[in-house]
Amino acid sequence: MIAVLKHELSGYFHSLTAYIFSAFLLAFVGIGALIYNIQSAVANFEYVLGYVCLGLVVIIPILTMRVIAEERKQKTDQLLYSLPVRTSQIVVGKYLALLVVYMVPLCIAALYPLIFAQFGEVYLLTSYGSLFAFFVMGAALIAIGTFISSLTENQGFAAGIAIPVILLNYYSVTLAEYVSATASGSAVSMIIITVLLGFIIRYMTKNQNLAYGISFLIMLAVVVLYFVDSSKFEGLLPDIMTKLSLFERFYTFINGVFDLTAIIYYVTVIVFFLFLSVQSLEKRRYN
Amino acid sequence: MITVEHLTKCYGDFVAVSDLSFKIDEGHVYGFLGPNGAGKSTTMNIMTGCLSATEGRIRINGYDIFEEPEQAKRMIGYLPEQPPLYMNETPAEYLRFVGEAKGLKGLQLKRQVEEAAGQTKIEHVMDRLISTLSKGYRQRVGIAQALLGNPRVIILDEPTAGLDPIQIIEIRELIRQLGENHTVILSSHILSEVQAICEKVLIISKGKLAAFDKPENLEKLLLASNGISFTVEALKEEVEEVLGSISLITDWEVKTQENELTAVSVKTQSENMRDICRGLFFAFADKNKAILEMSSKKANLEDVFIELTEGESEVDEE
Repeated sequence: MIAVLKHELSGYFHSLTAYIFSAFLLAFVGIGALIYNIQSAVANFEYVLGYVCLGLVVIIPILTMRVIAEERKQKTDQLLYSLPVRTSQIVVGKYLALLVVYMVPLCIAALYPLIFAQFGEVYLLTSYGSLFAFFVMGAALIAIGTFISSLTENQGFAAGIAIPVILLNYYSVTLAEYVSATASGSAVSMIIITVLLGFIIRYMTKNQNLAYGISFLIMLAVVVLYFVDSSKFEGLLPDIMTKLSLFERFYTFINGVFDLTAIIYYVTVIVFFLFLSVQSLEKRRYN
Repeated sequence: MITVEHLTKCYGDFVAVSDLSFKIDEGHVYGFLGPNGAGKSTTMNIMTGCLSATEGRIRINGYDIFEEPEQAKRMIGYLPEQPPLYMNETPAEYLRFVGEAKGLKGLQLKRQVEEAAGQTKIEHVMDRLISTLSKGYRQRVGIAQALLGNPRVIILDEPTAGLDPIQIIEIRELIRQLGENHTVILSSHILSEVQAICEKVLIISKGKLAAFDKPENLEKLLLASNGISFTVEALKEEVEEVLGSISLITDWEVKTQENELTAVSVKTQSENMRDICRGLFFAFADKNKAILEMSSKKANLEDVFIELTEGESEVDEE
């Protein structure tokens, strides 16, 4: 794992990837700081981080797009498979390297509140609490990007999928206001989601029985639950969309609340998507 | 050293390897021979843990590749068909990464990288980007990578494919040297190559083991194809009369006959071609018939190969 981590890091810092990523992230933070802290003379650095969230939608997928896709394209994944290293160690090594690359510009940004503190009173606790949450949220986005990169051997495709996925997540709260909140509407959308899930499982596992079996069971559960107690479905869809939003939970931190459940949620997302990435790599051995 | 038992691999409905079993002993150079698509690469990928098997088991020095992959993989150095190189790195960086991933550290790592670079003669390109190296040197870097960690078995998938003749000779020489201290398994569809460097040959056809023996023995298998062809100034009937009188000749075929010239090809069981050539010469000389041209053909691996894989190679073009 250490070998993979070192190798990935030297790759990022020998090429332009790490520098361009840092430059963009710092540019976003810089513009934000200029608008909020300097122009408007607001002492809250956390507002800047809230502003940078939209930037993450683009720069995280660009950072993660090559992480596994490139190995496949260059056929170096065969080397990784033949080394006496477990697939999970490879994925975690690669993921940690991405975290380091992500952490570097954040360390520089971490100086900003201290600089601002020289000129007035800054709420350092909320600033650094938000910065920490920003890091963990980015880590969750990187895990999603890593998984998407493991699905394809085309970097462009990996970025092309990851950007809309993260963008959808970014806007899911806004969209939640427009979707149907009635019980029947939610139930129908649950069934549609189940069908989509079935197709995805079928595509990933190439196992029809498993895919249809799972879809059918969930659909049955939805229908039964709906007839037993339809009030449970009242506003379910918008609720789920809000709950799934990684960004919405981050805004709690900006408002000055250190929400531990959000951190746990982010960590769960990280573990889940890294697990899927390992499975996706393992699957290639079996096709 | 390596035992493969009832190995089967299916891609959906397509059976790439079917019920393959063989045993490889320590300290020889083995050749995997087969037409394209015969299952050579698939078998090698499974042996090195890059691919799973549908059925069967593989043990490397007692370790099951599926159940104890880490220990088993430590015994193997593998060079896939396309050398798995990071183009934006130098061989020095690349070898250091592979060495570390194989668990080497510090002085040991440095020594082994130097040793592997020395053996494959890439010391003078260690600080150039791999993307600027020629195909021959990339192949050497790939082999150097396989040597790290001092594995007991080195598996090379088509190591000379796409190289120029001089590079091919150099790589073959390198493989021969590796064979002195390691068990080497290489795959190829080039017969002369396998004949030149391998001590034992496995011929794979359509995912099945068609033959497994020393090259010489495989040739002996098909002694019947030892043959002589000659052109004699005589009529067909006269030729047949003479041939019938030579006891060592078992079968003959008159190929063409024009202007009192008869071309004949003769098959024999005898190993001593010289005796038969001499016999033919004097037999026709006694009848006052001149042999204008005579050539003898010894059965080689190519005949064995074609015989064993006949009619199957054109199906599996990949």
